Amino acid sequence: MQVLTILLDGISYGMVLFIISVGLTVTMGLMRVVNLAHGAFAMIGGYIATVLVLQAGVPFLLSALLAAVAAGALGGLAELTVYRPLYRKGELPQVLLTIGLCFVVIAGLTLFVGPTPLPAIVPPSLDRMVDIGFRSYPAYRLFLIVVGALLAFIVWLIVECSLFGARLRAAVDDPQMARAVGMNVNRMFTVTFIGGCALAGFGGAIGAGVLPLEPFYALRYLVYFLIVVAVGGMGSFRGSLVAALAIGIVDTAGRYIVPQFGGFLLYVLVFGLLLWRPNGLLPPKSVA
Amino acid sequence: MTSQPQVTDQQVFAPTAGVRSFSPAMLWHLLPWAIALVFFFVGDGYHSLGTNILVMILFALSLDLALGYAGIITLGHAAFFGAGAYAAGIFAIHFNADPVLGLLVATAVAGLLGLITGMLILHTRGETLLMLTLAIAAIFYEVANHARWLTGGDDGLSGIRVTPVFGLFRFDLWGKTAFLYALAVLFIWFVIAAFVVRSPFGRSLDGIRQNTKRMRAIGTPVWWRLVAMYALSAAMAGSAGALTAQSTRLVGLSTLELLTSGIVAVMLVLGGERRLYGAFIGATIYVIVQDTAGSISPFIWMFVIGFLLILIVLFFEGGLMGIIDSVVAKLKGKTAGQTGKPT
Repeated sequence: MQVLTILLDGISYGMVLFIISVGLTVTMGLMRVVNLAHGAFAMIGGYIATVLVLQAGVPFLLSALLAAVAAGALGGLAELTVYRPLYRKGELPQVLLTIGLCFVVIAGLTLFVGPTPLPAIVPPSLDRMVDIGFRSYPAYRLFLIVVGALLAFIVWLIVECSLFGARLRAAVDDPQMARAVGMNVNRMFTVTFIGGCALAGFGGAIGAGVLPLEPFYALRYLVYFLIVVAVGGMGSFRGSLVAALAIGIVDTAGRYIVPQFGGFLLYVLVFGLLLWRPNGLLPPKSVA
Repeated sequence: MTSQPQVTDQQVFAPTAGVRSFSPAMLWHLLPWAIALVFFFVGDGYHSLGTNILVMILFALSLDLALGYAGIITLGHAAFFGAGAYAAGIFAIHFNADPVLGLLVATAVAGLLGLITGMLILHTRGETLLMLTLAIAAIFYEVANHARWLTGGDDGLSGIRVTPVFGLFRFDLWGKTAFLYALAVLFIWFVIAAFVVRSPFGRSLDGIRQNTKRMRAIGTPVWWRLVAMYALSAAMAGSAGALTAQSTRLVGLSTLELLTSGIVAVMLVLGGERRLYGAFIGATIYVIVQDTAGSISPFIWMFVIGFLLILIVLFFEGGLMGIIDSVVAKLKGKTAGQTGKPT
């Protein structure tokens, strides 16, 4: 039965990683930008939702949605102002500017909210155990799995079944050709960036019970988000879901079974995997 | 992802630097060392801060070799800084407390780690390489965190003893000896770095950074050149780590953090990459800003540095050295693009 517990813990954790990272896979795959500030948008979402719940008494889900809207809006603003000039620059400027953005967000949020870790906002309706047959299990984690699966389905619908999604996939596979046939790739960048940041903000808000909010959140969990993107294959939506779930399960299992190694196991696996398949598990056609 | 044409122009003009005869402008090269020596005599009470600056300059300089000159995109350079620091600390505790010996051992350990990891990862490029460097630093961090018996885990490594340098100069309470010691090590590494980047080897790395395919086509052993530069850079970062271990007598897990890798990149770009002195300016300003703003609130310096980074990337490519260059060029009445001090 312990196996099932690890699996459930891992999947709920992986779902949070997926919700936050799926936007990053787009930025890095479509726009070819090394975006280290993605965690900052998740952090913004988490902080806004927590403050709304604790200070204004806004309901949990509503505050998470508001946080998503705010993170999306700020993401759009950032895309138009600081990201756009980055597309034509090298990796180093991209790394540095996005680290700078990370620093500004960390400092800004800390100056407004304070330098202590924030308590996880889990509403009373989710802060209890549910009987799932063989044992009782936290409702909050089941909620994460359901929401994650729902969002994955919606993202899949948009990417695979809509005209916008078809264009997006085309642009990921061959941006030059997409421009040549008259697609407005720049506008697509902005729209997807807003969407990705909104998802990150939402994930940061509802996932605060799994990834606790603290001043260095944007950097501490960044490695995980980047791993999801790199392992899944940059720009690959299916890949990011598979990678997020795998990483959630592997990391959870590692910490359960060999706690003395901590995150060691995960990093070694990621290292080996990237040496074996430098473009990730399920890379999009352009790089495969 | 091509590199900025503006900086490559400077590289085209740079080769003359190695062969030109004496000119008064070369006296500028004495400036940083003169400032450091003056500081040694007047900077009472600030010598440990000064040592910290020297250490970070060395660390940033090492990153300049790998990232600036060889174009190896890395976010894991703290791995070698931390490895050097831990190696020096562990060597001093368990084997021999001689600082110079410890420094050499730490440099060798970090260089060897750089060689091995470099051989593994330098086949890849771009984002994959970035992730691999991140993963290496994360692995080192986890090892240091969990090998408590050796590294002290998250309590840090303490109890490091240091005997007098060459048996003559004791490490005093005010950090004066440590300052001069660090300055000497920095000077040696600076000479090596300046020599290497001007050598044919350094030139070939310029070429690799600008056009890998062409370099491969003309027969340059690209992978080996990258590995060699990476290992040299790692050894240098290891020296910096050893200096911090010996001067503070403490090694913490923070030496291996992602934040440390990020900060050193920030220092480098703040000063201006691929010009050696950029590391001097960037590290000095960063540490001083951190020390003054950090005494008010650690988050104010983060805000300042973050904002500065965004401005530099968007408006002042080439960092503070680039700004100085264009000001000098204006004063001399030349156009900005044609100068660029070749260092």
